[in-house]
Amino acid sequence: MKPLTHYMRRYWKLYLFGFVSMLISICLDMMSPQITKSIINDVIIGGQMGLLTKLLLGLIGIGVGRAVFQYAKEFTYDYIGVTIGRDMRVDLFRHVQSLSMDFFDRHNTGELLTRLKDDIDKVWVAVGFIGILAVEALIHTVMVLVCMVRLSPELTLVPLFLLPVIGVCAVRMENGLGSVYDEISDETAQLNMVAQENLAGVRTVKAFAREQYEIEKFSRHNRRFYDLNMKQARLVANHQPLISFIGKVLILAVIVVGGFLVIGGRLTLGELGAFSEYANNVIWPMEIVGWLSNDIASAVASWKKIRKVAEEQPTIASPEPEAKRMERMIPKEDDQQTGMQIHGALIFDHVSLERDGHQILRDINLTLPAGKTLGIMGMTGSGKTTMINLLQRFYDVSSGRILLDGADIRSIPLARLRGSVAVVSQDVFLFSDTVSQNVKTGQKAQMEDDTVGWAIERAGAHEFVSKLSQKYETIVGERGVGLSGGQKQRLSIARAIAKQTPILVLDDATSALDMETEKLLQKNLKEVGDMTKIIIGHRISSVCDADEIIVLDHSTIAERGTHEELMALKGRYYQTWCVQYGENMAVIDGQDSGNSPEADREIQHVFPSAYQETVKAPGKGQKKDQKKTQKEVSQNDPEGMGKECSGQDQNEKMEEKEGEEWQ
Amino acid sequence: MAVNSVRQDELQREVPKTETLRRLFGYMLAYKKELARTILMTLVTLAITLAAPLMIERAIDVYVANRDIEGLLRLSVFAVILFLIFWAGTRACMIWMADVTNRVLLTIRQELYTHIQSLSFHFFDSRPTGKILARIIGDVNSLKDVLSDSVTKLIPDMLTVIGVAVIMLVKNWKLALAALLMLPVLVLCMFLIQVKAHKLWQIHRKKNSNLNAYIHEDMSGIRIVQSFAAEPEAQADFAVFAKEHQTSFVDAVRVADLFSALVEITWGVGGFLLYFIGIRIVGADKIGIGTFLAFSTYIGMFWSPIRNLASFYNKIVTNISAAERIFDIMDTPAEITDRDGALELPTVRGSVTFEHVSFAYTDEPDKLVLKDVSFEIRPGETIALVGPTGAGKTTIVNLISRFYDVTSGQIRIDDYDTQSVALASLRRQMGVMTQDTFLFSGTIRENICYGRPDATEEEMIAAAKAVHAHGFIMELEQGYDTEISERGAKLSIGQRQLLAFARTMVSDPRILILDEATSSIDTHTEMMVQAGINALLKGRTSFVIAHRLSTIRGADRIFYVDENHIVESGSHEELMRKQGAYYKLYQSQF
Repeated sequence: MKPLTHYMRRYWKLYLFGFVSMLISICLDMMSPQITKSIINDVIIGGQMGLLTKLLLGLIGIGVGRAVFQYAKEFTYDYIGVTIGRDMRVDLFRHVQSLSMDFFDRHNTGELLTRLKDDIDKVWVAVGFIGILAVEALIHTVMVLVCMVRLSPELTLVPLFLLPVIGVCAVRMENGLGSVYDEISDETAQLNMVAQENLAGVRTVKAFAREQYEIEKFSRHNRRFYDLNMKQARLVANHQPLISFIGKVLILAVIVVGGFLVIGGRLTLGELGAFSEYANNVIWPMEIVGWLSNDIASAVASWKKIRKVAEEQPTIASPEPEAKRMERMIPKEDDQQTGMQIHGALIFDHVSLERDGHQILRDINLTLPAGKTLGIMGMTGSGKTTMINLLQRFYDVSSGRILLDGADIRSIPLARLRGSVAVVSQDVFLFSDTVSQNVKTGQKAQMEDDTVGWAIERAGAHEFVSKLSQKYETIVGERGVGLSGGQKQRLSIARAIAKQTPILVLDDATSALDMETEKLLQKNLKEVGDMTKIIIGHRISSVCDADEIIVLDHSTIAERGTHEELMALKGRYYQTWCVQYGENMAVIDGQDSGNSPEADREIQHVFPSAYQETVKAPGKGQKKDQKKTQKEVSQNDPEGMGKECSGQDQNEKMEEKEGEEWQ
Repeated sequence: MAVNSVRQDELQREVPKTETLRRLFGYMLAYKKELARTILMTLVTLAITLAAPLMIERAIDVYVANRDIEGLLRLSVFAVILFLIFWAGTRACMIWMADVTNRVLLTIRQELYTHIQSLSFHFFDSRPTGKILARIIGDVNSLKDVLSDSVTKLIPDMLTVIGVAVIMLVKNWKLALAALLMLPVLVLCMFLIQVKAHKLWQIHRKKNSNLNAYIHEDMSGIRIVQSFAAEPEAQADFAVFAKEHQTSFVDAVRVADLFSALVEITWGVGGFLLYFIGIRIVGADKIGIGTFLAFSTYIGMFWSPIRNLASFYNKIVTNISAAERIFDIMDTPAEITDRDGALELPTVRGSVTFEHVSFAYTDEPDKLVLKDVSFEIRPGETIALVGPTGAGKTTIVNLISRFYDVTSGQIRIDDYDTQSVALASLRRQMGVMTQDTFLFSGTIRENICYGRPDATEEEMIAAAKAVHAHGFIMELEQGYDTEISERGAKLSIGQRQLLAFARTMVSDPRILILDEATSSIDTHTEMMVQAGINALLKGRTSFVIAHRLSTIRGADRIFYVDENHIVESGSHEELMRKQGAYYKLYQSQF
């Protein structure tokens, strides 16, 4: 964001044009009484009928001229205003987009929306229409003052004395309004936020039948918005009528003082008459001065808010020389080409992340050669997604480093880094656009439609997409409403693989897919190419094929190895396997509930039946059948999971027995 | 479903403008008393404003001319008193009028918001959030000037115009007619401009809404934008929206600015006609110089309020489309509402019966999402719904909470038809956990107690412990009082899901619906969470949609949903023995 004058300077020619139109229009305005006077004095009284046509034409001419220049002026300033508004908005948007995730963590959508929308709107009104009106009022006042001085310098002292009083009033009002508008702008952001949140969470609101509460919540803000607006109205009411009052007194004072001068013989009656007419001409600028300072105060308050956002610096940026290079608009293909050279070998070297005094990741070490697959499992909140955030540099490591193809990712231009990692995130976000545009996100200009089709097919989305009313051109609603969770996930997978990046990250991306679809997808992904893959998942089936699997716990790697190695370890991974593939008793018996004994007691106190139920619930009666099934499956798929993802010998023996029983 | 994207302009029903205006100003009529005193006071201040030139004239012509200093001072004291009254009067008017205007805005915004709360999902699903927001905030705000000017400016201006016209007619009707000849032309032209300008303003409002929606969407999805390094194309898109917003405005003002130009021209022509007709046709000698002089003053007094009226009219034309957009939503009927005489649903035991239920979305009535589904669930049963994505699992559970109404058939809970009971009483007994976890900004405490604000501290903590959220909550700096923000990186998706779980637990539902509620939670935590839930919700009916078979197996009965109906149902063992669709699905896990 540049200073305001920068934007205004760009349109100086238009400003000048508007200004000249305004001057002409003021001059014409002052001519029209002359013509009227001439018609009355010369034509009617003087009887010079020949002049009439000329004068009448002049009257029409002035009307037309005023119309033309008035229009030119108004339109020019409306145009300048809205165009500067657009320039500022585009710049602010660009700036906001370049900011880092920590900024977005601190600012919600409602607030940013207010800055980019309402606040910019207020500013552009001020640089266009309001600004010129203020200038016009000023010019008018100055011109009148000049005329007055020529008529009677002594009498001019009266307006010269009173005008500053009006000025002081206007400034005081502007100051007072500044802080009110500051609050109003904040409250607008609040209103936006509350309403936005309510709309985004409408399903939750309705599910809990909490509409009434939401209405009251909004009502509080709406009410406060009213109070602030009343505060603003009172401030204006305290000053603006005062200004009008001083304006009226000004004329009266001119007459009284002038009257004394006339009586004292230092001024003629005619001069006083003329002077009072001039004084009448300062009235309208006085009338609008209050109104103007109101709008200007509002614009200044908004501008301050905008500046605040504009002064935010991205905490994560491209390395210096690269950033400069990017600024010089290096063509896209160039980026593409350099992007191709990334192979996708990743090294996490003693990576730690600390935020707000909390250790979020601790000493993560891993090497992932290009083309290999890493599986990540771990408890909720153990830092899985954080690893991906670090890889994409949404946050920077606190210590250690991440290397991509041997280079510290902090030395790689951001666009290139992020352009070589495609992430399917947990929280599926689709834009309210067509299916095909969503898949193209990030490469809208370059991507071929064939690639879109290919990606959609690979992601297993082809079937349902082709059932949509307009196929690839169907608009999916905001956040993909209208699609089921699994469908959204598949589109979001298609979006990622369409980019054909060296690194593909699936962050719990198949949680809403049924088993069959997931299987199919995994098969497809293998065929997609030899990209490096990171798969975060909660299902064993999602990660068991990986070249290395790490299990995160309490911010660090607790277990690592291949599926077989981890199974042999009989640790957390093994326990998860047991739960998912049938041995759930082992988990419940062997583990405590994860709570302290104290906490357990507390739960039992409030909900007495809780823990007895815990132990019984998942086990009885099912255990047998599950094992049977598992055996059954192993038989059906002797080469697949039975070999790769199945468990211990001991288990298999047991299964065999029970399997026979069942058969 | 027809969905409006950010890019497309919204469709809007055409409503006569007079109707919209009548409705808009109808809101002001609720404040008759306030309006009456504002109008009264406006008249007083108008009288003082009009009297001021007379006093000045008298001061010069009588007192100064006669060197009557005492009289001059007397008059000025009198004038100052009047001006003080004017000051107080204007101040009062401004405050009263601001109060009425802001109250009307408050009411409209509140009514709009309240109405939106009653609308069904279809409304929210078919347009971007940013566009609804634009109506609640921006469109309502833009009515401010129209409303406040309507009394404080419109009335004095109208009175002045009428007053001056009457005076002119009384003084010399021929000359007056000559002066007023242009008025009908002006009115006609203004009407023509208005027709065009109104359309353009409508377009601008829509572009404005698109811009709002785009900003909203980009800011909500900023992570995706940055993750795909899509900033350049987002900027390009944004530039298009900003440009459309700007050009639509320029198009509109290009026409709308003609209003004042038109007034200038008619003023000029009006002057021409006055003198031409007066001198050439009627004859100057018949009229008299004094009258001419007076008329030249009156003409000025006549046209400057006309100019104000034109600009007010312009304002109405500019902003009426905002009012239209607001009323457009208010007129959208709430599809799902309480029937007349709907009963409060008493605390249920939890049996659920589907009787020949079919369902299609209202805008695609031929495309059945569910076809003739019937089943009966006993209180306390746990039902798992499985099947391919998009088969209709979520639709089944949505119908139970009456998020949509069935197209045909009936759903009964404890023998109460869900359509015949009060919505709130029905939904309050449901605990629904959807696929998208949504938390409100506010403290963790507020979020957990969202469904039941009167829950005790003990209940809240117990629920959090049961779903194993207590541990990580306590690790946060402020424990349960930690603020959650929209995007705050403090919590992982899984942790958010656990909080949502605790929220559902606290609301103490009779029927629990878990729609892929554990998908982002690791298996270990899920096991423990499930144990906690089982304990908490012992004896309550529950529906579980999940893909992890470990989640499904524990159900009393499993419904396999495919092709818009229930293909198989039975316990895990039964279905395995059947070797049908479920069996195949189970197999695929290995």
